[in-house]
Amino acid sequence: MVGAGLVLAGVALLVTALPAFAQEAAREPAYRNFPWIGSRLAVWAVAQLHLNFAAFILGVPIFAVIIEIIGWRTRDPRYDWLSHEFVKLTFAAFSTTALLGALLLFLFVGYYPKFWTYMTSIFFPTYWVYALLFFAETFTVYLWYYGWDWLSGSRKWIHVSLGVLSNLFGTAILFLANSWVTFMVSPAGVDESGALKGGVWAAINNYAWMPINIHRLIANIVFGGTIAAAYAAFRFLGARTDEERARYDWMGYIGNFVALSAFIVLPFAGYYLGREIYAFNQTMGITMMGGFMSWLWIIQAILIGVLFIGSNYYLWLGMERIPGSERYRKYVPPMLIILAIGFMVWATPRSMVVTLDEARAMGGTHHPILGFLGVMSAKNTAVNLMILTTFLSFVLYRRANRVSQKPWVKTGMAVQWAVIALAAVIVTFYGVYGYFVESLVRIGFSVYQVVAVLAAIVIVMAIDIPMFKGARSTGVIRWGTIAPRSQYVLIILAVTFTWLMGLMGFARSGIRQHWHVYGVLRDTSAEAVTPALGYAANVISVVTLVFFALVMFIFWLGGLSEKGKAGAHGHVAPAIAGGSEDHG
Amino acid sequence: MNLLRSRLVQAALILIVSYLIFQFAIRPPAPFSVLSLYMGIVLLAVLVYVSSDSDSWRAFLRPMHATLVDPGKRALRLALMIVIPLLLGYYAYTQAAAKPQAPPELRAVHPAPPDTIQFRGKDFKIAGGDNPLRKDAAAIPKHVAAGGEIYVRNCMYCHGDNLDGKGHFAHGFNPPPANFQDPGTIAMLQEAFLFWRIAKGGPGLPKEATPWNSVMPAWEDRLTEEQIWQVIMYLYDATGQQPRRWETAHGAH
Repeated sequence: MVGAGLVLAGVALLVTALPAFAQEAAREPAYRNFPWIGSRLAVWAVAQLHLNFAAFILGVPIFAVIIEIIGWRTRDPRYDWLSHEFVKLTFAAFSTTALLGALLLFLFVGYYPKFWTYMTSIFFPTYWVYALLFFAETFTVYLWYYGWDWLSGSRKWIHVSLGVLSNLFGTAILFLANSWVTFMVSPAGVDESGALKGGVWAAINNYAWMPINIHRLIANIVFGGTIAAAYAAFRFLGARTDEERARYDWMGYIGNFVALSAFIVLPFAGYYLGREIYAFNQTMGITMMGGFMSWLWIIQAILIGVLFIGSNYYLWLGMERIPGSERYRKYVPPMLIILAIGFMVWATPRSMVVTLDEARAMGGTHHPILGFLGVMSAKNTAVNLMILTTFLSFVLYRRANRVSQKPWVKTGMAVQWAVIALAAVIVTFYGVYGYFVESLVRIGFSVYQVVAVLAAIVIVMAIDIPMFKGARSTGVIRWGTIAPRSQYVLIILAVTFTWLMGLMGFARSGIRQHWHVYGVLRDTSAEAVTPALGYAANVISVVTLVFFALVMFIFWLGGLSEKGKAGAHGHVAPAIAGGSEDHG
Repeated sequence: MNLLRSRLVQAALILIVSYLIFQFAIRPPAPFSVLSLYMGIVLLAVLVYVSSDSDSWRAFLRPMHATLVDPGKRALRLALMIVIPLLLGYYAYTQAAAKPQAPPELRAVHPAPPDTIQFRGKDFKIAGGDNPLRKDAAAIPKHVAAGGEIYVRNCMYCHGDNLDGKGHFAHGFNPPPANFQDPGTIAMLQEAFLFWRIAKGGPGLPKEATPWNSVMPAWEDRLTEEQIWQVIMYLYDATGQQPRRWETAHGAH
């Protein structure tokens, strides 16, 4: 962890030296050329890697502290072990994140001096806050991790508070960094010449800032969950004992559960972000959704379809280790059909790739029937029904080994089914009605669809929790007996999500086109051209591979410290095989 | 009946039936690109279906395993060893062989408009621009009527008298003229976007809308600014569509 300290010191030095750099930059060339691969690719790759690591180390502590609280309140040591295990992963990735952040800063200062000078002229006061927050975050996480045994027992509340505090610092860091990025997309608080008009707050609180804050916060939890689950899968596949398999099966399940819970609301946050970008500048909005980036959304739809089907598949495979789940197997085919049809609708392009003959037969590049599936009304309906189905999968998984003993169970279940059906009807109704109204009204319909789905989730859970309290068990969950192919699904989910994050990052950044700061500071370098989608996908694929290579190396390093220590460490894993009945 | 219980047969049947539906039930036929996408999704769903529990997965693999190792299935094994490479080879040939037809192409359907354009020598704001003729509500019917006349004189030959993109000349063009009745065209766009497309036509398409082969003329040389706004009003009026509007609440941000 010395590395992180050194990087911090380096960043602090650099921050104090920035005004001098800024003066120097006035006499410098606007751009320098990074050897071999060019400056843009260097910045792109490092920024994406930094973001991946940062998303991981900010996302994991959010649910790690929640799991720690669960363990603390229920006095169940398994949760405490799991939380510690999650924080250990974060801790291992901490210095790499800082190193990549510093590297990114060096690249900006060295290769994009004009751009960096401009950003400094707007955001200089925030650099100090960032550095201070970074110090605070680092030391709180250090204390949280190293103080695990020291702050146990009656002092556990202090330890939990440290976890919460580190999350608050982490979120503040995320929000601050987001202000720089979103200012580049949707600048605010500056005059025609790009100079700051009033305080820096106006530049921070730009159009895309809050939507990105929300979107990234949720996405970080999903990302953290999937990476942690992939780590567990990796350990599961390499496990030598049943006990180890049970432990990592459980860890993978929790990681995926966390990811899935947050993933359900992620499309809504993304929609809000897209809507705000449209509201800021319609040219940018059209470039993103209807213009040259439109095919990115078809790729996105395919990847998200894989995420949905993959997550559900994992839950269905997981039901095999729960005695009593056989009752629910019959629901798998209909749920799969809904997911597959939703996937098809979502992936249907509005403007299709067609040969001349096909275009003639269709009467244009819009298919007269399938073309209806290419617009947002259809896509929103599809994704909302997919979310509802995924939720249903989870509900069935949750009750797989439980039989409610409440006298009102029949009524309760009937109400639950009615609520789910009603939500599906509302979603479908507004989806169809959306074709008959103008776009402004149609956009408003998406809110009704979202509210219907979220309300159904809340109502069904509000009935489910008391209904299955004190339920009769049909057997304990046999952790560790899940089919190994489920673990590959967890790894696929993590890779897909990482890839998706890179692609969407390209969309967010690429819509600026030939601007560093949209409409304010033009990119006059030789590489100002917006790369084609194929090129971008290749870059992101390579970055994703490098990310996973680094992650595996770091996790392997983390695993080294465990060897030969079993039993001696304060956090020796508690027995999990046989699991409890109530954490489905 | 026993055969239908086999997971492998079920999987094959789902794939075949899905293919037949996609190929023959969708009219006009879905393009190959979409058909392959749908079949890819069905294949994924089928694999998930057969492997979502271990008994089913074993049942699915059993006939394949038997074909590979069962001494009694030697003849079938040999036949598959010949047929499968031949099928793959045929597929590779169909993909690689030169065809007389132009390769499929992709166009950006709604290329992003520039912020401003030059219209007859003056700067004209497209981003956030409104139709000035809508300010006087009383005059709207007059403008719509004038727009109708302009449409019939200039646009109908390609875009059709039903505004459905099926005019007299439409069949000669690729890409075909826009179908204004389609809720995915003008209903998705602001009036200023239409102004830009009408004024600048095919030659004014941005780079992202390659291959620039739209034959739409640049009407700025033939129609006045008012006439263009009038014909736009007619398009919306005659199709019953509404131009896209933007929320005003954001203006105060």
